[in-house]
Amino acid sequence: MRRGLLVLGLLAAALPLQADDRRSSFLDMSPATQAMQRDDSLNPGMLWVLQGAQAWSQPAATGGPSCAGCHGEATQSMRGVAARYPAFDAALGRPVDLGQRIAACQQRVQPGAADAEAGLALQAYVAHQSRGLPIAPPDDARLQAPRERGQQLWTRRLGQLDLACSDCHEALAGRRLGGSPIPQGHPTGYPIYRLEWQGLGTLQRRLRACLTGVRAEPFAADAPEWVELALYLAWRARGMPLETPGVRP
Amino acid sequence: MARTLITLPAAVRRDAVFQVRTLLQHPMESGFRVGADGRVLPRDIVRRFRCLYNGELVIEAELSPAIAANPFIEFSVRAVDSGSLLFEWTGDQGFAQREQRPLVVA
Repeated sequence: MRRGLLVLGLLAAALPLQADDRRSSFLDMSPATQAMQRDDSLNPGMLWVLQGAQAWSQPAATGGPSCAGCHGEATQSMRGVAARYPAFDAALGRPVDLGQRIAACQQRVQPGAADAEAGLALQAYVAHQSRGLPIAPPDDARLQAPRERGQQLWTRRLGQLDLACSDCHEALAGRRLGGSPIPQGHPTGYPIYRLEWQGLGTLQRRLRACLTGVRAEPFAADAPEWVELALYLAWRARGMPLETPGVRP
Repeated sequence: MARTLITLPAAVRRDAVFQVRTLLQHPMESGFRVGADGRVLPRDIVRRFRCLYNGELVIEAELSPAIAANPFIEFSVRAVDSGSLLFEWTGDQGFAQREQRPLVVA
């Protein structure tokens, strides 16, 4: 019996993060910031969701149908979609995140209409439709190799500080860095409203901030590394509920 | 175009005090920050907020450069008559935003 328990204990120690140990960084925030996210009338991210809702039903200025023209009511057609991204895009032949998927759709159907700010608002609106749903990475063999590359990136030491993502967000998660809690790094609330940014931003922007933080040169804006990391992070956070739009300090 | 998020009850009882929450999307550029080109970014803030209840002023606020982006203002109003609340924000560079919300007093 005792030996059985010991084996179990060793198994638990070997797995870096048990399903039960995973926690959203929402739980580590101050009560004020938590209240801000919980209440839609306080959450500044809802301004972008609102903007996205308007953009959803607005026909493109350059002609071409609106998003609603093809996809109908987002509350039904987009429910659960954000929880499945990043996903493999057959037309582009590579995995894409939600923002890239929306941008590709806009370029195809509403050429010349896409701008970054409106794209971010649409992303927030679409992701908001999946709030409360568990992150569900698709079971797609074509995603296997990019996801593994993402996992390698997660554990690769980078920058002048010679730190890997996992050095802080796994080994030191739950402890503090300069007074701020170190989260486990689950992408549950994106796009998030960061008080530091005083605006809404994507997972890529957040990852870029971490890369700059360890004094590494961030990948190029369209580099595949971003999506590979996002693929691994989504798989790592599978089953955790989405919170979009999250609010973080 | 600025976007707003205004929360207030659709209907209230007469003489009841109710909460009004307003959230305005605005950069609130303080005028002290330096841009990527090394030049100081010109100040662009909301200067004034007013709320009129059936034409009568219920709150007026003066905003300053130290206030964060997307200013949130919450205040209480006593229900008198059915009608509407008019919200007005004005600021630098000709910024002006007006929103109106109906209110039913039972």
